[in-house]
This record gives sequence, structure tokens and C-alpha cells, in this order.
Amino acid sequence: MNYADEFRDPVKAKGVLGAIARVVDELGATKENPIHIMEICGGHTHAIFRYGLDKLTPPGLEFIHGPGCPVCVLPMSRVDECVEIAENPNVIFTTFGDAMRVPGTKKSLMQAKADGADIRMVYSPLDALELARRNPDREVVFFGLGFETTTPSTALSILQADADGLTNFTIFCNHITVPPPIKALLDDPHMVLDGFVGPGHVSMVIGIKPYEFIARDYGKPIVVAGFEPLDLLQSVLMVLEQIRDGRAEVENQYSRIVPDDGNPVSIAACEEVYEPRPTFEWRGLGEIDASGLRIRDRYKAFDAEVKFDIGYGRNTVFTAEQEGCACGDVMTGRIKPHACPQFGKGCTPEMPLGALMVSSEGACSAYYQYGGLELESVE
Amino acid sequence: MCLGIPGKIVEISDATRKLAMVDISGVKREVNIACIVGDEPLENLIGTWSLIHVGFAMSRIDEKEAALTLDVLRQLGEAQEEIEAMRASAAMLEKTS
Ligand code: SF4
Repeated sequence: MNYADEFRDPVKAKGVLGAIARVVDELGATKENPIHIMEICGGHTHAIFRYGLDKLTPPGLEFIHGPGCPVCVLPMSRVDECVEIAENPNVIFTTFGDAMRVPGTKKSLMQAKADGADIRMVYSPLDALELARRNPDREVVFFGLGFETTTPSTALSILQADADGLTNFTIFCNHITVPPPIKALLDDPHMVLDGFVGPGHVSMVIGIKPYEFIARDYGKPIVVAGFEPLDLLQSVLMVLEQIRDGRAEVENQYSRIVPDDGNPVSIAACEEVYEPRPTFEWRGLGEIDASGLRIRDRYKAFDAEVKFDIGYGRNTVFTAEQEGCACGDVMTGRIKPHACPQFGKGCTPEMPLGALMVSSEGACSAYYQYGGLELESVE
Repeated sequence: MCLGIPGKIVEISDATRKLAMVDISGVKREVNIACIVGDEPLENLIGTWSLIHVGFAMSRIDEKEAALTLDVLRQLGEAQEEIEAMRASAAMLEKTS
């Protein structure tokens, strides 16, 4: 298959690929001793595999797939809590479809629904709000999940519910933020990371300042990137050039969408509604300081944790991953998905064992979908 | 869920709640536009493009960017997924009215 066919402008792409190869050469990087660049966002992971960028770039460059798929980092105990809330007879539990198949310790939301719980997939928290308006005698709970791209939508929904005086609408808030896990990975002595491709849409909301610590405190370059294959290649080149020139800066390749200061309305809404939790659990990564958000006291009427006395920090149980599953090692980039003993055997997108196989943004699922299996047989 | 999808604002449906009808690849749905309104009248937004994340317009974009983004989303299979999720959500609400 000729992946290059899919480029908008193959000539330009060739030019950038050539430049990448030159800089990798100048850096003396080889397959055995490669430059490691982590793409943080799951959307980027998906695009890298879809366009085969990992195969088009030289062997001296290795992509490490970051923890930027919100579904993949959802711990099993959070899923268990969702199921527990949803099994309340008076509850209508609403969620994005992506979360339905994430395994819990007992069951997924999909299985809970099959067992009779009233669980509904919604496209938007606005639809959950509407459901609450139409069902005044039911409790409508929305599962707030995701990074800074979805965080403002939940915050604005709470503000709307407050303005409307709704009393049967709550959010089970499990929102997480991007910068803290990056810091945790950089603090991990086993991680070898030379630079980062920063998330596009998250940065559209928060701007590029929250990444300054990466350059300043850790001396690593980060370039915020768009989703076009050319955007990604250009960003990789910018990271490589920084490494070659001995610079460490936050650069914005995606400035046509990402303002340096982010979106002021979103930032203000999130500031109003949420506060950081002291610590929060990530599947495969453990607890990370200040990486999760909870609803401020002022809006506790809309907090499912308060209403149902459940959630992170209340009798939290830490559950080990399933036997034989290497999600943690894949998540931190220590091993590639196909090195997991369950990959493609006990764990497939149809029957996921680990969360990385659930969403198309998960590294395992992307690998599986776009030729990881084939890779396995040649290696 | 993480990638937005481009939509074109066709009508302001609720000025107080800052809601607008948006055309997303031929599917019409109401979205919140609080994050993209500036000082000018809401009506000025009609005909403009935005990136829509889970029912919220998060950033204004131009028509060319909209077309390019939609194209990438189609190739990733994400556009179809988003539109399917929108349709299913609307159908679910329809049933409960
Ligand atoms: S293949 Fe499945 S079990 Fe193995 S790391 Fe990936 S998601 Fe986890």
C-alpha cells in the first residue's frame, strides 16, 4: 500500500520527510539508538497509524504513544462506580459511547445496560440536560470524562443547569488534565523522552503556556501540532530541529486553531466550576498529583459524588490490571502493543481486555487496526 | 470525543442560553456557542464555521480549514462516528419526549 498517496500534497510531504531524515542523520540516531518523541494526544496516535507515519519516518526516530486517550486511562474502579450509580432504579445514566466497553472489575457499562440498568449513550452533555428536563422525576447523571477538550462542555452544562434551577441533574466528574501526567512521565527515571508533540485541541482550550515547564524545568522541546499528516510531520521536524540546535521551547505549529492564550470563556468556566483534586488515579500510571478535577462546593448540588456518596477518594479501591495484560507498560511507552502477550489473542477491539484496545485512539487498537499484526509477524 | 468536527452555524436558536443550530455534514443539531461569541451581535455568527466538540463550538475556523479537517476526520473514520453518535442521541431524546 502506498501511504504517500493519501497526502494532500505528496511533494510537500516528501520534502518534510526528507528534512526529517537529514536531521535524524545529523543527530546520529539509529534504529538501535533512536530519538524518542512522544505524541501525547490519542488523536495523534490514531493519525500516525492511519497514515503510516511511523513507517514513513526513518528508523532512527521512534514514536512513543502517550497517555492521551481518556478512555484508556480510566481505572476499573471508576467504571465500577459508574455501574453502581447506573444500577440505582431511579437513575438514567448518560455517557459518551466511547466509555461503554471499558472493562470494570465486574462488568462494563455495556454489560450493565444489558442487565437492565438505564444507561444511555449521548453525543453531548447538552442532551443529558435535555433528558433531565424531560424526566423531572428521574435522576439524570452524566459521566464527565475526558481532557480539556470536553471539560469546558461539562462546566458550561453545570452552569446552565444552575441557571435553569434543575435539581435532578448531576455530573459524575472524572475529568483529567494533560500537563500533570507529562510531568509524571518526565519524573520517571525509566522514561527516555527527547521531545513531545503536543495536543492540538486540548491546547486550543488551555493555550500553550501550561507546557512551559517542559522546556524550562526539563529542557525538552514540545511542539503543539494539528491533525493533518503534514501538520504532524512538520511538528516532528520542528521538535527534531530544536534537539539538533540544543533548544528547548514551546512552539505552536497549529496556530491557525490554537491561540497562545487558549479560549478565555472555557478557561473561566472551568475555573468557576472545578478545582484540582490533590491526586487522581490513572489506569496503568497510578496516582498522579493534581491530575484530576472535582466540582467545587458551590456547585455540589450538581455533583454525583455528593448525591450518591461515591467516587474517587471515598473508599477507593485500587484494582490491579488483569493477569497477562501489559497496559501499563504500553501506556508508558516501555513496550509496543504487539509485545503484550494478550495482543490480538485474548485482547481485540471486539473483546477488549485492556482499555487501550477500546477506543480508536488507544495505541493497541490503532496498532491492531492498521497493521500491527502484520508487523508482529515480520519482527 | 477528543477531535472536534467542523460545523456551520445556520441559525441562533436561543440567544439567552447561547445556543445555535449548526449544520454538521448535513446533520442539523443545536450546539452551545458561549465559547466563540465575542462582542459583536450573535447574528454575525450565522454562516461561519466552528470546530464542534461534544455539542460545544470551541473555536472559529475558516471554510478551507473546515474542509481539510472534515477530510482528515473522514479518513480516520471519526466523522462517521461523530455523526452516528449525534443521530443516535437525537433519536434517544425523540423517544423520551
Ligand atoms: S493488548 Fe490489550 S491487554 Fe495488552 S496492553 Fe493492549 S489493551 Fe492491554
